[in-house]
Amino acid sequence: MTPVLQVQNLCKHFEMHHLGQRLMAFDGISFALNAGEFLLLRGPNGVGKSTLLRTLYRSYLPRAGHIWYHTTEGRIDLARAADVDISLLRRREIGFVTQFLIARPRVAAEDIVAEPLRRAGVAAADALREARRWLEEFGVKRDLWRAYPTTFSGGEQQKVNLARALILPQRLLLLDEPTASLDVGARAALVRRLGDLKAQGVAMIGVFHHPGDVADLIDRDIELTTSEVCEDVAL
Amino acid sequence: MSIAQLTKAWQPMSYGFLDASAKRELRRKMLKAIAVPGCQMPYASREVPMARGWGTGGLQVTLTLLKPSSVVKVIDQGADDSVNAASIRSFLSKVSGAAETWDTLDASLIQSRHRIPEERLHAGQILVLQVPNPEPLRPVEPNMSIARQMHADADYGRLWLILYEQIVRSGRIMEGAAYPSLVNGRHVMTPSPIPRWDVPKLHMAQHLTFLSAGREKRLYAVPPFTKVEPLVFSDVPFKVEDHGALTCHRSGVNGFYMNEIPQGDGGSAFELSDSHLGIKAIRQAEGEADQIGATWYQNGHLA
Amino acid sequence: MTQALSLLPPQLMTTPPLLTMTGVSRRYGDVVALQDVSALVYPGEVLGIVGESGSGKSTLLRMMNLEDTPDTGDYRLALPDLGGNLFGLDRFARRMLCATRIGIVYQNPHQGLLMQHTSSGNVAERLLIAGERSFANLRARGRTALEASEFPLDRMDARPIELSGGMQQRVQLAKAIALEPALLLLDEPTTGLDVSVQALVLDTLKRLQRDRAISMVIVSHDLGVIRTMADRVMVMRRGRVVEQGLSDQIFQDPQHEYTQQLVHAKL
Repeated sequence: MTPVLQVQNLCKHFEMHHLGQRLMAFDGISFALNAGEFLLLRGPNGVGKSTLLRTLYRSYLPRAGHIWYHTTEGRIDLARAADVDISLLRRREIGFVTQFLIARPRVAAEDIVAEPLRRAGVAAADALREARRWLEEFGVKRDLWRAYPTTFSGGEQQKVNLARALILPQRLLLLDEPTASLDVGARAALVRRLGDLKAQGVAMIGVFHHPGDVADLIDRDIELTTSEVCEDVAL
Repeated sequence: MSIAQLTKAWQPMSYGFLDASAKRELRRKMLKAIAVPGCQMPYASREVPMARGWGTGGLQVTLTLLKPSSVVKVIDQGADDSVNAASIRSFLSKVSGAAETWDTLDASLIQSRHRIPEERLHAGQILVLQVPNPEPLRPVEPNMSIARQMHADADYGRLWLILYEQIVRSGRIMEGAAYPSLVNGRHVMTPSPIPRWDVPKLHMAQHLTFLSAGREKRLYAVPPFTKVEPLVFSDVPFKVEDHGALTCHRSGVNGFYMNEIPQGDGGSAFELSDSHLGIKAIRQAEGEADQIGATWYQNGHLA
Repeated sequence: MTQALSLLPPQLMTTPPLLTMTGVSRRYGDVVALQDVSALVYPGEVLGIVGESGSGKSTLLRMMNLEDTPDTGDYRLALPDLGGNLFGLDRFARRMLCATRIGIVYQNPHQGLLMQHTSSGNVAERLLIAGERSFANLRARGRTALEASEFPLDRMDARPIELSGGMQQRVQLAKAIALEPALLLLDEPTTGLDVSVQALVLDTLKRLQRDRAISMVIVSHDLGVIRTMADRVMVMRRGRVVEQGLSDQIFQDPQHEYTQQLVHAKL
């Protein structure tokens, strides 16, 4: 069992200065994750599942606790790691799949999908070939490959998004409602790809609106319960 | 002590026309100019019996250098007998007692407008060139103070840019005369409006050259054995005028810089620009013992 | 109010930063332009500096380009044959450093370009200053730089004064990258351009950044530009750095009161 992630007593709240309020997200979360394991986050809407994922990814800054991430050189606390270290890990090892694609206005779908490979140093022609393969796998119509995703429907954009996010195997994958707005074919392709990656040893933490889609992949789950939502504080 | 012992007899003017303090300042600036080859040195340009724009800068340098033993040659576009050259030459000898000559080989001081003689100058000779506009950066930067700063910073990028754009526009560098040149690898100068043909004569020469602009009040120098390199691109070589194959219709000499004289029938005749060289060639042909010295160009090419 | 956890120094990033600026302060009379500002830029990353007018962000960029020296402060670039505090360089060394090893794109193209010369000439000037003397190379390298800036080569000899704003910025960009500097500074590079043109120019910048692994510092008051381009962001207000962090963190989870105001104010 290769440990990938060890979360200890993780806490997150938001300080809304202009309201003089503190918004509680979660408190005292602990769990461990090994390579090839799939952890599902469950709980009612708004309870903080997405917030937890974002905190692990460092889009949100945690208030207390540790996020021990195991690299080949030892472990590093993502909660306190330097920004440049987080950038490095995000480039190489930790991926985040959301339901929103930040599409750049004039970049073709196939270039968007190829980008992670290009950044990893893969030659342009090879990266493009691989990108096209995945666009096909996810069911993006061929004549859209060279089109600009800003003009696509939500579902098509999501397929491009997924193809890009999953093209390069990472060590840790954080998935935030990736199946939203996907058709049946694309959902199946996603599950297949996740299964592949899992078999390759990728550790995953996911929030799924319909956990049934990934039932076969789930190893464990965590239930998040609502805690104090709001607190007036003198700031 | 009598007045006679304490004073000198009245003289209508100082030796060499300019007073001692004027010459002293000029001498210091000339030494400075030699110390920093190609760098323009400002000087207090004095009044001389000639209007500005007619060679007053060159004249002031020559007057400073004059000694009773000097032998002066003055040319204008290569000709000793032009009105201006003749006037200047006679003035020089009148104010100093120096000897006059038309022969490049005999001269110790040569003042010239826009040409360098064809016979090689040697270590004992000084060439003084008259300069209308001493600032090579003027087309790039009309403001003199900024231009000075650019020289100090060796900031010649924009000057190169002008040459680059000439090639882009016309396929070649258009500078005909006064080709900007890098002196001693440091300062860019305009070598006065001498033709491109003459610029290589300044490079690693045995003689000293002064360039002086009276109206603009700047002078600069090329000491002996100093590099003078016209600004050229490595793949667009510096080309001199195509005069190597031309023949002088009066002297029969060929392979030197020529003046073009339009003929009545629309064609052109060519005449040696270095007129005294032509005169010597004619005299030689007529059997007189006139010596023509070694020349920079041989058979129409730089030796 | 509990503070967010303070971050540790880098452990995984073993390459030293390309740019290190520490303790930079500058006053103009009574006006405090910069107060104890520090900045780091690692090789290949894009640092965004965001702030409103008077924040000092443009002043800081000028310092990075050695156009101005601070009252106090240290500035180092990890480049070969370069050492010590660059604010102490003499005039000549400073000029050469700026001309050959740092690229800058100004908001106003008139500031960065020789408007009456050709576009290719603007790029060539940079190469000439660095000592290029082959005409063929000047043309070839000029083309390469203009092409990388996605400038149409059939107009390479047009003068910037004849070009649109977006094209002028591309010429500035070509000029800035002609000598393949490790550091590119951009001061409001798309401000004033039409929105559609902005997007195209930013796209060119992103592509360039990925293909050449060039470090960039982008100053802008436009959060959208910063969000699109930057890996890390520094928020400045009245000469001070109020917050800095990863780009997505600054926009999604701003900590400082001012940053929250700034981010939430975006229409």
